[in-house]
Amino acid sequence: MSEAHVAAVHRHEAPKSFIWKYVFSLDHKVIGKQYYFLALFSVFVGMLLSMLMRWHLVWPDAHIPGLHLLSATGAPSDQMTPEYYLSLMTMHATLMVFFVLTTAPQGGFGNYFLPIQIGAEDMAFPRLNMLSFWVTLAGLLVLISAFFVADGPPLSGWTAYPPLSALGSVAGPGEGLGQDLWIISIALFCVGSLLGAINFISTLLELRTRGMKLMRLPLTCWAWGITAVLALLSFAVLFAAGILLFLDRVGGTSFFIPGGEVISDRLITGHLGGSPLLWQHLFWFFGHPEVYIAILPGMGITSHILSTFARKPIFGYRAMAYSMMAIGFLSFCVWGHHMFVSGMSPYTGFAFSIMTMAIGVPSAIKTFNWLGTLWGGRLRLTTAMLFAIGFVSLFVTGGLSGLFLAQPPVDVPLHAGYFVVGHFHMVMGVAAIFAMFAGTFFWFPKMFGRMMNETLGKIHFWVTFVGVYCIFMPMHYLGIAGNIRRYSRFDQVNFLNSPHIIGLHEFMTIAAFITGAVQLVFLFNLFWSMFKGEKATENPWEATSLEWTIPSPPPHDNFAGKIPAVYHDPYEFGVPGAAKDYVMQDSPEAPTRGH
Amino acid sequence: MALGIALFLAFLTIISVYLFWAHVWWFPANIVTHGAAIDRQFNLTLIICGIIFVLAQFGLAYYVWKYRERGNGRKAIYSHGNNKLEATWTIAAAIVFIGLNLLGYRVWANMHFTGAAPNALRIEVWGEQFQWYFRYPGPDGQFGPVHPELMNDGNANYLGLDRAHDQASKDDIVTATLGIPVDREVELILRSKDVNHSFYCRELRVHQDLVPGMEIPIHFQTTDEALRNGEGGVPGRYEIVCTQLCGLGHYKMRAFLQVMTDQDFEKWLQAQAEAQ
Repeated sequence: MSEAHVAAVHRHEAPKSFIWKYVFSLDHKVIGKQYYFLALFSVFVGMLLSMLMRWHLVWPDAHIPGLHLLSATGAPSDQMTPEYYLSLMTMHATLMVFFVLTTAPQGGFGNYFLPIQIGAEDMAFPRLNMLSFWVTLAGLLVLISAFFVADGPPLSGWTAYPPLSALGSVAGPGEGLGQDLWIISIALFCVGSLLGAINFISTLLELRTRGMKLMRLPLTCWAWGITAVLALLSFAVLFAAGILLFLDRVGGTSFFIPGGEVISDRLITGHLGGSPLLWQHLFWFFGHPEVYIAILPGMGITSHILSTFARKPIFGYRAMAYSMMAIGFLSFCVWGHHMFVSGMSPYTGFAFSIMTMAIGVPSAIKTFNWLGTLWGGRLRLTTAMLFAIGFVSLFVTGGLSGLFLAQPPVDVPLHAGYFVVGHFHMVMGVAAIFAMFAGTFFWFPKMFGRMMNETLGKIHFWVTFVGVYCIFMPMHYLGIAGNIRRYSRFDQVNFLNSPHIIGLHEFMTIAAFITGAVQLVFLFNLFWSMFKGEKATENPWEATSLEWTIPSPPPHDNFAGKIPAVYHDPYEFGVPGAAKDYVMQDSPEAPTRGH
Repeated sequence: MALGIALFLAFLTIISVYLFWAHVWWFPANIVTHGAAIDRQFNLTLIICGIIFVLAQFGLAYYVWKYRERGNGRKAIYSHGNNKLEATWTIAAAIVFIGLNLLGYRVWANMHFTGAAPNALRIEVWGEQFQWYFRYPGPDGQFGPVHPELMNDGNANYLGLDRAHDQASKDDIVTATLGIPVDREVELILRSKDVNHSFYCRELRVHQDLVPGMEIPIHFQTTDEALRNGEGGVPGRYEIVCTQLCGLGHYKMRAFLQVMTDQDFEKWLQAQAEAQ
């Protein structure tokens, strides 16, 4: 990991045949695109499920045209059953958390750009990289297959709390084969993520080119590196927990199932002494770092784009890098804030609460530094920049609501309600997806050699930005009013069955439909631009990092056999006395002052 | 474009703050002694977060508008940051966030770090897919043992009591409504027959999971306010809901809390005992 390290030593020849070039590729760029398209497919399926859920929530007896085609038992006469709502919710969350938020920013953009930004020809282990993708794809296919089993998809949520998830079909529909497939899918996903994490860490530490000191890494690389460490430590635990849950279901073990369970008047025999809370500890030991696995790459991408389009060095580079490290470390000390009312010791709850408030500090530092980066800049409001600005706004909004939930007494009235749903959708869902949109508009020219349409991009941005606030901000108000999450309909509880609550849900559903529809504009822009977009130059954004020193799209080995040397920090914009308003990292111009 | 962003962020901030400020959607009346402290901690958090929210969103809006590229040749400020500023806002954020948390310590401690008073009324709360049951120990003050193999909703032995053989079970009273006397400390012991559930009553400001294999205690005391309000125009009546996903009927797992005067409570409990 020395700065003088010779760049990527790995070489593999450019494949000739279609199948080796585009399907079983060892090229990190192709694998990055494969991850990206896997996430793109998942996000549209996940979004479609959320539209069906929103529809059902406000019109629970509505006939949704064609829904019976998806599931004859889940939607007889096109009317969604309560259990099918919960199944769609479970599949929506699983797709979004694992196959979108974990996959696109890291497996997609990280795979494509980490090696190039550090001056390497490829990832450290190309075959492992290919294997990571294919195992992840297998995980996705197994998950999707749960839609088509007789018992229906699982309904225990993406958190899969036992005993509901452990008892099998006696616990109700969706808890049979569908739940087994869910566990297998997640286990496969864990394997793919672990392999990917090893590859990212090795690549970042070992394949940096000459002059690429750690403190010259673009913040994206810091983010991908720290995310990989989190993935390595957390997915291993989820994998183990998943195996234990599977054994409880099929092997007669009792890790999570206590004795004396009676369900539907049937005594469950053969289990004794298990702890349902053990699962919650194991799950959230993974689950909270997972939140940062989703958002850290977004933080890196946002920092990178804000600096580029503000034409200013990033404000507080070191503070940005150290705060990501602090977030990474603290993310393993806060899992219990999901469990304040779980039955866990209230003393422990308070300790977790202190750590959770502490993790707000590095998050606040990042926000201050983003604002500091904009201060005194010359903002070029490209679509990528708009999404990065949107990220900052959403991160602030979603992050602040976390301060409520981090305090046990304040969590009491808000727990398991729409306040929580609004919070995490804002901060780890929408903010992270805004970073992905920003990354897509920013790096598309490099990935596909063409520019995306900026007019369509801005239309997409505006409707999405306004739309997500219309969908998710009201959830905070509903949560305060006591609106409980994971209810398939609200007409069985008097305080929910009121125009005051339902009316706001109707507003959110209409906003969701409009916001969902405009994503088709993005999809059109993406595919149209791939083939018809304006040809991209090598460095259309006048950016400074190494990916902008090579052709768009890059050649197979990235740097055409040359080993780049790095002389500058990654965000040297507006340098006084420089020939242009930016200095490329590999420019042999006199070194700049640096951070 | 910059003006649009700035105006939208400003509008968003103002409307969001207004909706919180005007309590358009808000907590229902508080009917317990510990509730005011929870509400105060929420309000304090709301004020602090509200100030940060306004400053951050307005700051973002202002910077986007003020520092937009105008094509006038102005150079961006060449700055890599400011260590004093970094230290200042790090320390400020740490003080505000951790300080806020410590202020909430007493609220949480009062709820959880001490048990219920010895003379508190003890009631078991049982959850099953998708029903609530409540058990009172009867005159002997003892809960009889439960026998899972005897649990059977079909023959109304919801909690598996063996009244024929267990002395302590003979006077146990099992109800579908949680009746409690006003202004007296109550200890609930939460238990589940099957999967996780969660006990939540908005007005009680009480929220606690029921976990099979565990007995989780929680205590509170209602105030006279409990009799001055009520769901559906019935004084003292409030809805209890399940908030932990427990299966397909989760959305309809509901029961009522009925707060009564001491005399009414004794009469009600007597009537429940006779109906066993």
